[in-house]
Amino acid sequence: MTDTSLPQNAPRGSNSILATDARTKKRNAAEKRFRALGMGAIGIGLFFLIVLFTTIIRSGAPAFTRTVVDVQFTLTQAQYDEAEGTLFKTAAYADLFIAQLGEILAEQDVAADFDAESIERTLGKVGGTLREFYRANEDQLDQPVNFSLATSSRVDGYLKGRVTLEGIEDSRFLMASDLDLVDELQAAGVIKSEFNWPFITGADSGVDNPGGAGIGASVVGSFFMMLVVLALALPIGVAASIYLEEFAVQNRFTDLIEVNISNLAAVPSIVFGILGLAVFIQFAGLPQSAPLVGGLVLTLMTLPTIIISTRAALKAVPPSIREAALGVGASKMQTVFHHVLPLAMPGILTGTIIGLAQALGETAPLLLIGMVGFVARGYPDGFLTGFTEANSAMPAQIYTWAARADAAFYDKAWGGIIILLIFLMFMNILAVILRRRFERRW
Amino acid sequence: MMKDNADERIGVDAMDIKFAAKDVQVYYADNHAIKDVSVDILDKTVTAFIGPSGCGKSTFLRSLNRMNDTIPICRVEGDIRLDGQDINAPEVDPVQLRAKVGMVFQKPNPFPKSIYDNVAYGPRIHGLARGKAELDEIVEKSLRRAAIWDEVKDRLDAAGTGLSGGQQQRLCIARAVATEPEVLLMDEPCSALDPIATAQVEELIDELRQSYSVIIVTHSMQQAARVSQKTAFFHLGNLVEYGDTTDIFTNPRDTRTESYITGRIG
Repeated sequence: MTDTSLPQNAPRGSNSILATDARTKKRNAAEKRFRALGMGAIGIGLFFLIVLFTTIIRSGAPAFTRTVVDVQFTLTQAQYDEAEGTLFKTAAYADLFIAQLGEILAEQDVAADFDAESIERTLGKVGGTLREFYRANEDQLDQPVNFSLATSSRVDGYLKGRVTLEGIEDSRFLMASDLDLVDELQAAGVIKSEFNWPFITGADSGVDNPGGAGIGASVVGSFFMMLVVLALALPIGVAASIYLEEFAVQNRFTDLIEVNISNLAAVPSIVFGILGLAVFIQFAGLPQSAPLVGGLVLTLMTLPTIIISTRAALKAVPPSIREAALGVGASKMQTVFHHVLPLAMPGILTGTIIGLAQALGETAPLLLIGMVGFVARGYPDGFLTGFTEANSAMPAQIYTWAARADAAFYDKAWGGIIILLIFLMFMNILAVILRRRFERRW
Repeated sequence: MMKDNADERIGVDAMDIKFAAKDVQVYYADNHAIKDVSVDILDKTVTAFIGPSGCGKSTFLRSLNRMNDTIPICRVEGDIRLDGQDINAPEVDPVQLRAKVGMVFQKPNPFPKSIYDNVAYGPRIHGLARGKAELDEIVEKSLRRAAIWDEVKDRLDAAGTGLSGGQQQRLCIARAVATEPEVLLMDEPCSALDPIATAQVEELIDELRQSYSVIIVTHSMQQAARVSQKTAFFHLGNLVEYGDTTDIFTNPRDTRTESYITGRIG
């Protein structure tokens, strides 16, 4: 089918350049076919990309809003003293809240029927929240205070369309009558939807409180891991590549090393995970679930990527630059560090950031070293303990949420993916900016 | 004994010999690229290496400042002496040798840095300047010697890669002379330049002869005739003929030389 397979003695066709001969027609047709194929391939790619993004955004968006009940509540000094004097203090606060909520609804001419239990099912433990606030801020007594009380995840789901009146079964979490109450509250205008900051800043919550779950703590965990990866993989990877590319003699041994580095890049990440478990936790005795260990494992994974891209960047520096430097009497090391490395920098940085982005999204090795599951502690106490205290990482957190039964966690998982993608996008943009900034003509 | 041989061969005052090469062999892996080359290069003289492509003239040039060391498969044998000292002796550091034997390459290869930094790089790494003022002086002197000072004096901070081809090559010459070398090796310095830039570089080479021994590899016989006093004709890795340029071009002794300069081989 190639051009060369045409018979040698093919007729030359007419001599006019105005008439297209058969051979040219065939070539043009082949070119058109190839262009169409290429455009088709790009089209398919774009289609899937758009489907992917719309799905992620549609499914993840609910995680970024939360439903709150906005009420103005006033507690007098006398009520405070009385409530503090009772045996069930939070219950006393809850009763006071119910009374005032009833007044607010009555003002709006909304007839509502609720009791302490239905309030607890829709708004959680309101009494505890109020008591905590007033015990910390006694100066706020006797004056109106605005409270934004987060609704339970099921009520939130009802307002977002995930839970329907027909679909629910009465349980200790939610009764059909509670949804009537929600409708009444909505009619009274006290229910509001607001941006869900606690999702971005908060830590993971228990399995029965999906509303309170946040990704913040695991973002911090990922951040500490990336610090470890950057601090280890970049210098080790760049040093190894420079040595291999510029200094090492070419022999069987260096060939073997080269082949092995390429192979390491293709090793499944879970293998690095079990290696990390065996070496860093079981042998070296480092703490489980710690970002330090996660970072070490991800360093092993990222090294081949960095070495391969750094070597490619070093190879791309024209040999004439090395000759020029050697020609004026620079030593090998001066040649590399004064001339070759600065020119290879954009490639090295791009490779490093792509390696880091890969590491940021890696889940499998983290499962094996225990950086997954419920991390009750939330934020680390300080910078250094951030490396050693148990924490989760973004992809591991998303995995945990996706595995939980409550449908509200499903929203959270998609929301977490959006956050992860935002970080990855940010890193890729950084790579492009660095590449532009350091790029030099030669 | 070396000097006696030199006297016999070309009959010049031995004091003027800069490079003395004797029975030099260069191999690229199994390929014998330079065979038994013996030649004495004179000080304050322009020596041209001519010959058809692949005859080994560039390879031989590169073995004079040990640039062939950077090619792993390349092996140099024989005796090359700079001022009587063996340049391939184990105690010789090629870095020091290259400071003494500067090189200008076929393709202009300025560093992607400023014009100033291009020239100042050599003096900096060799510690030739004791301060900024002294460095400025070296840069100016080198650029003047390379006959490019007037064109670039107002934009020393501009990128060296932004200059025209001829200017880039003169910048590379300035960079090479900035380290105060004793010999300047030029590997087809004008092959990438237009006739005007070529004329400028040739004029420059003639001036550089006052201070250095210049060895130039060239494909252009006219250029060899114009700029050199001595010419060496290489063919298939052998040094066929070496002598005064006028003799080589007007009265070649070897038939191969005659064939080459009259355009029958090459």
